[in-house]
Parts: sequence; C-alpha cells; structure tokens
Amino acid sequence: MKISKENVKRVARLARLDLSEDEIATMTRQLDTILQYVAKLDELDTKDVAVTTHPQNAVNTFRNDEARPSLPRDKALAASPMQNGEAFVVPKVI
Amino acid sequence: MYQMTIFEAREKLNRGEITSVQLVQSVLARIDAVEDRTKAYLALDKEGALAAGEKADRDGGSGLLHGIPLSVKDVFCTKKFPTTCGSKMLAGFIPPYDATVIERLNDAGAILLGKAAMDEFAMGSTSENCAFQVPENPWKAGYVTGGSSGGSAAAVAAEECFASLGSDTGGSIRQPASLCGIVGMKPTYGRVSRYGLVAFASSLDQVGPLTKDVRDCALMMNVIAGYDPRDSTSIDCEVPDYTAMLTEGLQGMRIGVPKEYFGQGLDPEVDRAVRDSITLLADAGAEIVDVTLPHTEYCVAVYYLIAPAEASSNLSRFDGVRFGHRDMDADSLIDMYRSTRSQGFGDEVKRRILIGTYALSAGYYDAYYKKASQVRTLIKDDFTNAFDQCDLIVSPVTPTPAWQIGENADDPLALYLSDILTISANLAGIPALSVPCGISKNGLPIGMQMQAAHFNEGTLLKAAWNLELRNKLNLKKPDLS
Repeated sequence: MKISKENVKRVARLARLDLSEDEIATMTRQLDTILQYVAKLDELDTKDVAVTTHPQNAVNTFRNDEARPSLPRDKALAASPMQNGEAFVVPKVI
Repeated sequence: MYQMTIFEAREKLNRGEITSVQLVQSVLARIDAVEDRTKAYLALDKEGALAAGEKADRDGGSGLLHGIPLSVKDVFCTKKFPTTCGSKMLAGFIPPYDATVIERLNDAGAILLGKAAMDEFAMGSTSENCAFQVPENPWKAGYVTGGSSGGSAAAVAAEECFASLGSDTGGSIRQPASLCGIVGMKPTYGRVSRYGLVAFASSLDQVGPLTKDVRDCALMMNVIAGYDPRDSTSIDCEVPDYTAMLTEGLQGMRIGVPKEYFGQGLDPEVDRAVRDSITLLADAGAEIVDVTLPHTEYCVAVYYLIAPAEASSNLSRFDGVRFGHRDMDADSLIDMYRSTRSQGFGDEVKRRILIGTYALSAGYYDAYYKKASQVRTLIKDDFTNAFDQCDLIVSPVTPTPAWQIGENADDPLALYLSDILTISANLAGIPALSVPCGISKNGLPIGMQMQAAHFNEGTLLKAAWNLELRNKLNLKKPDLS
C-alpha cells in the first residue's frame, strides 16, 4: 500500500474536505492505485534534470505599479452568498 | 442554414443573401430539434440571441464573426450567463466580468447563444462528471462525447452552433473533437488569453476553438489569439493571419511519425485510419519521417501529479465566501469551509484535490511534484529533439473511438490512461489539433492529432486543411433525424 486511510484523512483535513467512512475507503483504494502507477517515475534518474514550471520558461512578468480602475465594490460583492453591502460576511472567527 | 460553416455564412451575409436573424432562427430551430438528444447546453438565451441578430442586421459591421451564433464551454466567465463550470459549487454564479476571449468574440461581432456542458471544473475525459447533465455523442446515442469540452464538441457536431470555444489541460478540446468528428485546436501555451477562464492547472490550461472544418478553426484563431496584459502567462508575439496559411500542397514539409504513439492498446481501426491519412499527407507532397519521443510512457504519471497539484491550489478559492455555494448552517469558519466544499464538489474533483494535496504535502513534495516536474523537462526535450527532424508530428488523438456512457465509471486510472496521446502537448506547451481522419465500422468518428513546435499553429492548420481537402470528412455529418 502506498497510502493508508489515515493518510487520506490527514490530506482531506488539509484540503478542507469532509469525507464519510465510505468515501475514505473508496478514495484510499483509488488513490493507492493511482500512486502505485505514478511510482513508475522512479524508473528514471532525474538527479541532474531541471524542473519545468512554465512551458516557455518565461520568468516573472511585472507591470508598472500604477493605480488603475478596478471592480467597483458592489459588483465584487454581488455574487457572494452572504454580504452586507460593505464586506463579505463569514461565521464568527474569534 | 445551420449546416453552413462560418466561412460560408459570412459570405452569404456579406452578399446580403441572408440575415443574421435568419441564421439565429435556423440554429435555434436546430437546437429545438436535437438538444433533447445531445444535451449539449447548460444555458441558452434564445431571446437574447434573436435580439443580437436583429442588432447585427441593423447596425452592420465588419467583424470576422459579425452576426454568427456561437456557443462557449461553461468554463469562461460571462456577464450575461451563469458560469457553473459544470459544478454545483458554482450553480447560478454570474461573474462580474467577461473573459478576454468572450470580449474578443463580442468585438468580432459574434452572437453568444449559450454555455455548453462540461466535466466539473474541466476534470474528466467523458463529460460524465458534469453535475447537471451528461451530453451524448451526436453520432451514436448512449455514447460519450469525450471531455472535458464535451458539450462544445456535441453542439458543433450536431450543428447547434457554428463553432465553440473550449479549454484544454490534457486533451479537453482535441479528444472530444476527435470523438465527435470535428476540428479542435489547443494553441501554444500563452497564445490565447486565459483571463476569465476558471483555472484548473495553470501551467497546462489553454483556450482554443472547436469548429466544423479547418478553415473555420483558422478564422476563430484570428479572433482569439494575441497578447493580453491581464494574463501574465500570455506571450507578446505577432499573430499571423492563419487563414492565409491554408495553401494547397505540402511540399517541403517533414511529417514525423512517433512509434511510441502507435503502441499497445491502439484500436486497429484507429491505427488504420491514421496510417491511411499519413499516406494522404504524403500524396499532398509531405516527406514522412520516423521520430521518437522516448518518454511518452511517463506522461500520464507526470500529468496526474502536476495537474491535480495545481488544481488543489487553484480550487482552494471555492470556500463559500466570495462566490458560489455556501453551507449556511455551519457555525464556525472552518466548518463552513469544509461542509461547503464537501457539498459543492463532485467525486472526481475531490479525488484530484486529494491527490494534489498529497503530492504537495510536507515529506512528499520531492518524491512526487518535483519528480514529475523534472520528468516534464525530459518530455519537453523529447519534442525539441523531434522537431529538429520534422515540422509536424502526427498520431491518433485517442486509442479508441467513443465508448458507452457508464463504462470505466469506477476505474479512474483506466480513464486517465486514455489521455496518453494528448497530454504531452500540454506538458510541453506546444500547439496541437485534432482533425477527422476516419469513421469506424460502428459509425463513430476517428481523429488524427497533429503537434508542432511552439507558435507553429499555422503549420498545423495547413497540414490539416490539406488532409481535409483529400478526405472530405468535413462534409460527413451525424444522422440525428
């Protein structure tokens, strides 16, 4: 086994997902199959190979630090499931 | 009228033989006739489309798509339509802005009919992961359209629009185009703006057209390609007139055939159709050469680490605060995040978030994400080496034609493996397209994939157009009567 139920529970907690016991069992089985498969990459020696993070090897793209018009507040808030006209409303944090 | 290509419709519009309203009416009647069967659209605005047609006729205009009714995959932000991404998480979400490609379609005078069905958050190879409805292949009832841009492919193949836009992270434009018998292109990474595209895997995602033939694909590329300062991965380099590249004859073009793409598991009918098409390309003047892409067998493993890793990060924005679904009953912030996400996401999305979070988590990052990013370099180098010997690489798009809805339902890995031929182009960032190259005995379309070096979309279009001139499969349509 590449991954245990305990691993899946831990990862689900990190990803902010609640899984039922049934889901944990299914996901553990399916993730294990997938992780067994991707272990195939271990066949390759990549000690001296650079990583690719951007297909064209572009580096940082910057724009000038100038104020520009942005989305008005009412439009930015409009799609929120809970807002008070000034801010997004969330359950009490502290 | 709905049977025309964009090119044909434009000519008739320009000569005043037809009106845009007539075009819209014809397509809407077609939608009424076949939509129950294809289930391609998640949202339609018939009245809005008719009004836009009237306006196009009244105002006139010289835009490349003036008065032409199109659809787009429901992955693009649109002010006028809900944008669900095929997910309950975004049911009813109306974005406050249009994606850059939507603005470009609007500026070219296009009429947006509606939003097409897709796998939830573009994760899937069949469109069965759509939370609202599963589109069906116009060529055979009960068969998958492919995915994730399945609704777009079905709508174009069934002629419920003149063309569509999709997104392609590991084959999501090319694979459904192949399974539905139409043309689909994934341009070079950076060629088309992704501003307003709901992000899946940001180092792989690219926007592209799905069309009835190659000429329309070139025309759509003329509209959507180009630099956009709002997308920091967009690349500022000149956009050629793609339609001008459709010239007859392939003399001087070297076409590479990679043996790794004709391996185990390839359906004999697909193999034959692709090889026959290679002969047609040679007849058109191309030189056929053998090339090798030795790391092809690792691409699925690389992709199914990198794409979920990036997705797990991108999808953290769906937390019930700014848009989309929220569990209103949760009484702490963390509980609200957890129950909102657990209710809003479907199984495949959860699966990929879990894989990605695992691959990025402390202690596993080097073994999985970093390792995959290194092998990605080897895959990219394979293409650089191959393009020293050829201008174009041809292959099948998928190992088999379309399959029945419900097959592979409980075997994610089997489905992932079916993506083996399309994934590499995304990992390497190169342009690739699918063009029809045959029809199976079972009556299902077969596509040929063409891949070229960065920014050589014109080479792809030229070769595909020459193939289309010879096989005339653009004239073959599914029977939906």
